[in-house]
Amino acid sequence: MRGAERVKRRRFDVLPYVLVSPAVLATLAVVFYPMLTAMGMSVYDYVVWKPSASKFIWFDNYLAALKSDLFWTSLKQTLLWIGLTVPMQLLLGLATALLLNRKFAWRWLARMLVIVPWALPSVVIGLMWRWIYDANYGIMNDFLLRLRIIENGVPWLATSGTAIYSIIFVLIWQGFPFFAVMLLAGLQSIPKELYEAVEVDGAGIWGRFWHVTLPGLKSVLVTAILLRLIWVANSVDIIYVMTEGGPGSASHTLPLYAFALSRKAMRFGSASAIAVLFTLMLLTLVVLYLRRVDASGETRT
Amino acid sequence: MKKNVHPPTRSKRGHNIPVSLLTLHLPMFLIVLFALAPYLWMFLTSITPSAEIARMRVFSGPSTLDHYIKLFTRVNFLVNMGNSLVVAAGVVLVGLTLSVSAAYAFSRFRFFGRAYFMKQFLVVNMFPIVLLLIPLFIIMRQAGLIDSYYAIIISHSTFAIPFSTWMMTGYIDAIPRELDEAALIDGCTRPGTLIRVILPLCTPGIVATGIYLFITSWNEYLYATTLAGGQLKTITVAIQSLIGEYEIEWGLLTAGGFVGSLPATILFLLVQRRLVGGLTQGAVKG
Repeated sequence: MRGAERVKRRRFDVLPYVLVSPAVLATLAVVFYPMLTAMGMSVYDYVVWKPSASKFIWFDNYLAALKSDLFWTSLKQTLLWIGLTVPMQLLLGLATALLLNRKFAWRWLARMLVIVPWALPSVVIGLMWRWIYDANYGIMNDFLLRLRIIENGVPWLATSGTAIYSIIFVLIWQGFPFFAVMLLAGLQSIPKELYEAVEVDGAGIWGRFWHVTLPGLKSVLVTAILLRLIWVANSVDIIYVMTEGGPGSASHTLPLYAFALSRKAMRFGSASAIAVLFTLMLLTLVVLYLRRVDASGETRT
Repeated sequence: MKKNVHPPTRSKRGHNIPVSLLTLHLPMFLIVLFALAPYLWMFLTSITPSAEIARMRVFSGPSTLDHYIKLFTRVNFLVNMGNSLVVAAGVVLVGLTLSVSAAYAFSRFRFFGRAYFMKQFLVVNMFPIVLLLIPLFIIMRQAGLIDSYYAIIISHSTFAIPFSTWMMTGYIDAIPRELDEAALIDGCTRPGTLIRVILPLCTPGIVATGIYLFITSWNEYLYATTLAGGQLKTITVAIQSLIGEYEIEWGLLTAGGFVGSLPATILFLLVQRRLVGGLTQGAVKG
């Protein structure tokens, strides 16, 4: 057996590379090649209808972006957007998961229905909530007026002070089921004996939560937060459908800014520059986050 | 009915029922209501006549199927659903065929560059759509593929391939290695093992991954509206274009939203357990 193993190791095995190559080549073609193209375009004054007339302008697109107020407004709003949405989704999702982890008669039903927001297309979500937020006919105003929380109907999406928060609320609604089911799976993987052990030590509800539940959830939490962070940071479609970034620039985020620049103004060079900057920021954020996680004692494989 | 007349038998259970009502059933009910209410509201609006919607009498007034009839007769919604079906099926096909063999290699072989390749698939998930959207538009235009099925399918495979590779690696990891080793000893070749042992065993995983790809592609909007959207409209683009220039017909729009989201929602409810299993597999193991 040993001899056979040694022979096997010395011989270069082509098979895994053959098996991997279709997926790798396809990814190189559809993701990495366009990414390089985007980086290339970002240093040109790109003319859509006549690409040959495009001018190489070094980093002017980047400088112009960094000099514009809209860029910084968008950046601020992107941070607000991520900073509010992800933690709120997480908290609501955690509460849902803790409830779903208990045994009760209609648990299967609750578990099934709670994920509906996750399954809906962003476009439908955006339009549905536009209808709910509608200044004249929307049920949100109707509801709050009846509860006497507000005195007059509020044009939620047309007021610069409320637009971004109204959309963040929608995103929280859309994303909490994801956390709920991920964390539920995490909860169910925690051995019952651990709870029994700390109960013997006299731990209360909080003690159990801090010493067993949270540590047990850690690896799921890390993955779930990472995925959500990326998805939330990227979500353009819901804002685009709900406000197109308005009123004015009140609900602009960086990816939306890049999308609007390319779609409406056809300024592909500037849009690419902003997209590249945003990607770099996201990458930095992810790296910092993973480092923090690793530093706090988790070794991921 | 008679039983209710009797004084409630609240001997020992009487204490527990109110407590669990407050700490479990009520909050759970509120959360489910929160999750469902917008969807229900959309459905209720879609069966309310336009005149009643304008009088803010959704829910209380009479109901109608007018908006749905209009959706399928005047707006040609079935064509859009057909387009989305073709695109989503194509994405599933591309995603699964390319990812299964790669996932098998990642799961069963230890080879030089394995960690690098696996990281590549993770990093790819991080690229924002807006970064790829612009160059893909340019590339498709040069290739003359704008407004074609190919354009949308290729753009969707930017997330379909890495995602399904990641999911399938998890599913194959869960199959005991002893099974394919036994097949190898019995004289089965490596590809033979993949086809005769691994594939049948991870059929549920393949189905779940395929359905998730289908849903994601069916629901996608940004690529579909940028790379197509002229002659070829997918369901999400069609729903968005129901918005009129000056006035929004909410009845028609909500009907479109309800019909358009129904296939994905039903599929999601059907496979959710297995799907979540796949999504968390890597995470739970840590």
